[in-house]
Amino acid sequence: MSEKVLMKGNEALAEAAIAAGCRHFFGYPITPQTEVAAHMSKRMPKIGGVYLQAESEVAAINMVLGASAAGVRAMTSSSSPGVSLKAEGLSYLAGSDLPAVIVNVQRAGPGLGGIQPSQADYWQATRAPGHGDFKMLVFAPSTVQEMVDLGAIAFDLGDKERMPAMILSDGLLGQMMEPVVMGSEEKKVQEKPWAVSGHKNKREHNVINSLYIDPPNMEAILKARYERYAEIQENEQRCEEYLTDDADIILVAYGASARISRSAVDAARKENIKAGLIRPITLWPYPDKAILSKIGTTKVFLCVEMSTGQMVDDVKLIVNGKRDVRFYGRTGGVVPTPAEVLNEIKKIKGGI
Amino acid sequence: MNGLKIICGHYGSGKTNFAINYAIDEARNGNDVTLVDMDLVNPYFTSSEYSDILKKNGINVISSAFACTNVESLALPALQMIFDSDDTVIIDAGGDDAGATALGRFSDMIKEKGYEMFYVTNMYRPFTSVPSDSADMMKDIEKACKLKATAIVNNSHLKEFTTVSTITDSVPYAKEVSEIAKIPLLFSTVPRNMINKLKENENFYPIDVYVTTVWEKGE
Repeated sequence: MSEKVLMKGNEALAEAAIAAGCRHFFGYPITPQTEVAAHMSKRMPKIGGVYLQAESEVAAINMVLGASAAGVRAMTSSSSPGVSLKAEGLSYLAGSDLPAVIVNVQRAGPGLGGIQPSQADYWQATRAPGHGDFKMLVFAPSTVQEMVDLGAIAFDLGDKERMPAMILSDGLLGQMMEPVVMGSEEKKVQEKPWAVSGHKNKREHNVINSLYIDPPNMEAILKARYERYAEIQENEQRCEEYLTDDADIILVAYGASARISRSAVDAARKENIKAGLIRPITLWPYPDKAILSKIGTTKVFLCVEMSTGQMVDDVKLIVNGKRDVRFYGRTGGVVPTPAEVLNEIKKIKGGI
Repeated sequence: MNGLKIICGHYGSGKTNFAINYAIDEARNGNDVTLVDMDLVNPYFTSSEYSDILKKNGINVISSAFACTNVESLALPALQMIFDSDDTVIIDAGGDDAGATALGRFSDMIKEKGYEMFYVTNMYRPFTSVPSDSADMMKDIEKACKLKATAIVNNSHLKEFTTVSTITDSVPYAKEVSEIAKIPLLFSTVPRNMINKLKENENFYPIDVYVTTVWEKGE
């Protein structure tokens, strides 16, 4: 499939995983994510893979842990309430230094919330996907093509760093359709000498475990892990900048909010307001370099999110009081419009 | 009595956008039109979201009382009226066989009233890109709703990347689907601004794009 096809975001996430060599998918239905699982259930049997509908989200994430420990590329997907259920498994994956790709097609919360799109799981994804000291790679696609591209990167980087990676999507991106080009060649999955895949009496047996008996030993392991995290923070941050060089007002938005914000930036430019956009593609590691580099040239940062304001905290931490950081958001399943965002830009313009 | 027209197809084939266009055209031709949104499976991008433009064109819209909310309910609207109505009634069925299942409950009444069922297909969707796969999908839908498709609507497109050749390349595909399915190809849809660039000897149907994302609407 190297020619253009029309795909839903959720289908693209599934195809991206297949193209990345993932043959083990463990799912459980929940709107607005269900197409990921439905697509996998149709495709996996045709390509010699495993699609297994687990009895719960908790079971699915632990099946992912088992498959990953055995050295194969494994994935699960869910939507917000289901991801909360996976928290324990995510922590165990991180504690066991295991890679896996977890998709969250966010819907409104807390609680059952609603099935319309949301970005209110930013804190969960970047701060506390589960208990304990750990980080998870978090990728935030904003187009269906980017879901395909980041799917492969999430698997590759997760394997390289031996850590779980989340694709943080939302109901709008998951359900919308756009033309995409799938990569034509199949990925080769790298060797995993640490996997518990049978030693055949040819090597020492491997152990995958997140239990540590000796506190100082565990502290040393955590410190080593955080040194790796620091390298990832330095080397793996990704973002896209749009018209930021001369911008007085820089919007910061990811995912669907970034699409809306980009339209608002275009509309602002038509009215001679110098607006720009920084679009984080990795939410952890957060692209602090892009924001730092613009503190000297811009006047105000405006975070646009489908939440009551979560990512704005990261921007404030980076800007550290040197510039004004504002927020505009809609939540509860309500999607902001480009006109609303433009209105916010105008309000700020009036005050600077 | 102007009959009952059912619009079915694969998820993302463009059923809803076609249904809206077809309803508006019927209304502009002077017919009284009722559009029934029966997409109860997937609450995103359904025709109920476009009630405003439909109502502006004098179209009566029937949808679940829970449309555009968070309820994924199989609460069907009061559908008896569609069998008593003299309007042109257009039913926008849900995607795939799963989405068409709800229609099955009314299949006896629909057969009694008489109907046409258009199967919408898009060559650029992965699961229907091969004519025989598309025809298989149609059979699955027919089985689920206990009704037979009467014509193919070729709605092959690549959203905003659709070009004249996107359409012309898909015509042989659509003809093959029609041959395998043994029902006629009604027409191929074309973005309105391209209709003049296409040969007159093929059957093309100009449409507008209503189903878009919030940033494409730019409002």
